[in-house]
Amino acid sequence: MSTPEMLTPRAMGTPRRRVEGPAKVTGTARYAAEHPLDRPVHLHPVLATIPRGRVTAIDTSAAEAVDGVVAVLTTRDADALADTSDREFTVLQDDEIGFRGQYVGAVLADTPEAAREGADRVEVTYEQDDFRAVLDPDAGELYAPDAVNPAFATDSVIGDADAALGEAEVVVDATYTTATTHNNPLEPHSSIVVWEPDGGRFTIFDSTQGVSTTRSNVATVFGMDEADVDVISPHVGGGFGSKGNLHANVVLACLAARRVPGRPVKYPLTRQQMFSLVGYRTPTIQHVRLGATREGRLSALVHDVVEQTSRTKEFAEQTATYSRSVYAAPHRRTTHRLDMLDVPVPSWMRAPGECPGSFAAEVAMDELAVACDVDPVELRIRNEPDADPETGKPFSSRHLVECLRRGADRFGWSRRDPTPRARLVDGWWSGTGVAASAYPTNRSPGSGATIRYHRPAADGAEHWDVEIAAADIGTGARTVLGQIAADALGVDVDTVEVTVGDTAVPPATVAGGSSGTASWGSAVVDAAQRFRAKYGTDPSDGDEIEGATPENDWSEHYAMSAFGAQFAEVLVHADTGEVRVPRMLGVFAAGRILNPVTARSQFIGGMTMGLSMALHEDSVMDPRSGHVVNHDLANYHIASCADVGDMDAEWIDEEDPYVNPMGSKGIGEIGIVGAAAVVANAAYHATGVRVRSAPMLVDHFLD
Amino acid sequence: MDATITLTVDGRERTLTVDTRTTVLDALREHLDVTSPKKGCDHGQCGSCTVLLDGRRALPCLALAVAHDGADVTTADGLATDGELHPVARAFLDADAYQCGYCTPGQVCSAAAVLAEAGEGWPSAVTPDLDAERVTLDRSEIAERMSGNLCRCGAYANIVDAVASVAGTDGGAR
Repeated sequence: MSTPEMLTPRAMGTPRRRVEGPAKVTGTARYAAEHPLDRPVHLHPVLATIPRGRVTAIDTSAAEAVDGVVAVLTTRDADALADTSDREFTVLQDDEIGFRGQYVGAVLADTPEAAREGADRVEVTYEQDDFRAVLDPDAGELYAPDAVNPAFATDSVIGDADAALGEAEVVVDATYTTATTHNNPLEPHSSIVVWEPDGGRFTIFDSTQGVSTTRSNVATVFGMDEADVDVISPHVGGGFGSKGNLHANVVLACLAARRVPGRPVKYPLTRQQMFSLVGYRTPTIQHVRLGATREGRLSALVHDVVEQTSRTKEFAEQTATYSRSVYAAPHRRTTHRLDMLDVPVPSWMRAPGECPGSFAAEVAMDELAVACDVDPVELRIRNEPDADPETGKPFSSRHLVECLRRGADRFGWSRRDPTPRARLVDGWWSGTGVAASAYPTNRSPGSGATIRYHRPAADGAEHWDVEIAAADIGTGARTVLGQIAADALGVDVDTVEVTVGDTAVPPATVAGGSSGTASWGSAVVDAAQRFRAKYGTDPSDGDEIEGATPENDWSEHYAMSAFGAQFAEVLVHADTGEVRVPRMLGVFAAGRILNPVTARSQFIGGMTMGLSMALHEDSVMDPRSGHVVNHDLANYHIASCADVGDMDAEWIDEEDPYVNPMGSKGIGEIGIVGAAAVVANAAYHATGVRVRSAPMLVDHFLD
Repeated sequence: MDATITLTVDGRERTLTVDTRTTVLDALREHLDVTSPKKGCDHGQCGSCTVLLDGRRALPCLALAVAHDGADVTTADGLATDGELHPVARAFLDADAYQCGYCTPGQVCSAAAVLAEAGEGWPSAVTPDLDAERVTLDRSEIAERMSGNLCRCGAYANIVDAVASVAGTDGGAR
């Protein structure tokens, strides 16, 4: 096979502001719950107050008596769903309760106030069973899932890691934990659903990372043709994975819409409901063992993970997969074991697997650097593999070492005294740290794109429509797809208009796995090439063609990943234990950067979320009630503006013809990978206290 | 129980009948189709709904509409004049100080108010001189004063750049 041809970058690689920017800074961009429709019905749900058991009685009479209440849905009268194979989606189909916060009813009313009052007045009686809601490897029977998300092997074994550990000159053997975290996009999951009984159609305005996914899932659950489900989602207020899969809220809104045919049912989740119904990141317990020579060359790498899943539906986070591809070691093993609990269903949260896995792996590498008395940048360089350590495939491109060196240079690393707890300034211990980042380069088949040409006789100005049901969840997809289309067609980017977020245009795969731009962009390039092949360089007004994402045969031959290096300066107050992060730098190698403006925002956005994980995020599950007790944004802390100091990201230009015609790698998730670890590593350097859990708390630093 | 009230929203007088439990935010979003202020938490915890209420930044999710009969509300949309974006909004575009855009109208309103508050000498928790006539909006002042507005996309570094560029304290950076 000859080296594939890449697009010549003209618009790609140039800084370009978001095309929808003016609508966003004025607030006129319409999000899911903001589409103006006549006579909306407001939905407020009734949630289970027990974690496991069943509903034995439900009294709706007081709710129905509330002025303005239109209907009350319960398990007793909701329409039967056609497909009940996925327990997360079997809303109101039976009386069984699998987790606290599960839907047991919904009140529909003419006003939001009446709907909420009505929901408060629904009386539900339960029979509660024994339950467990907190991850505890000693209390439950751990099991090995068939695969981990999305389809990785549960375990991997190469060589004899135990023997190698036994013979190693230096061993790091430590257990790391990460807390339960919730995605919490600022726009709560929201839908407006209209059921048109004539012909049986749903129109769904949804906040989703994939309208095509919502369409197909709703069609399956309700036993409908996909063509009878329209999903519209022009703007999405963040998702970070939680809007990547369908969740029960959309099913509930659809059930409700069938109760009030023709009237739009509006259901924006409350912030509190976001903690039980739309996914979260499992807590993890990670046992890492590294065996190495005195010079820090790894001979063995073991990463054993225990995490939770839900009895309602299995989700197995691929936490140890990070350790399968980053560092060389002849003997290696990774495993995943699950504790099945009576809890809400965990799901995707930004860089599932890589994010928590890198915390353990990268803090462990810092511990090895200390144990070997080797600089932690140099330690990572010494363990750079020639090829993917598990598959043996060569990397299509890999520049982790260059990222480490450039970052070290820019951060002033050479001046660093490695001694921990050696710099106390104005009451603050000061330190610096490093961690690597990596994220696989994915491309999903299944997207299509339409390209249409216009040259109105009136003004003769050419204009191109590019249509694909992709999602712009803040990534800049709408803007970047225009740049790709312009280069694929060889036209001025200002003549291209991109439509995304609507099932009226060709379907697209989900904005997940950092695969969006690669997958959708490949479909756009395919359409452009077909267009030129059919119509040449002098098309007629109205000419159009559809393209699709081709398979990437090169993924058989190459391992494909983006890499990066993160550096941080951390201050820890000597008396209070308060942690501050005045400086954070990421250097990434992620193929061709298609839009430096939106890419930089993606990188620092991921780093900021990693900083947030390191310092704050912790959903506290009450073992007595199965309830996340800090279920709002006053108690579930995320990073705020004052948590972020001098934060920057840059990149190394990489030319990789094997990943896709643009030469781009996904960048939406790599920024969070390693970000919590770098903060923990810098905090160790500052204080000499090794924190092996995220988030770090002040009491970790107080004697 | 219902009540009829009048609000001036982005310069336009609007009379509406609301439930006495209706917040200013729901009055805007559900009654008047003014969706520039976003609902992120409905509890005054995220700042997404920030507007200027009688000239000062406020959280309309924490304000009952009936208690604000006659109030003047300016949203991020209303900050624009004669079709020209407010300087803060333009700075957000220039600095890419947003991604998903959901917290952005609240950030823009907050930033516009921060500039006014600093100009009037209002101190913050990080202001060294509590009696100064004016406060210089350096990066720590901006970050402190903007911390009531959460951004989950993590645009904070760029938000500080944007506000500093309007405050004239960015040293011409970026």
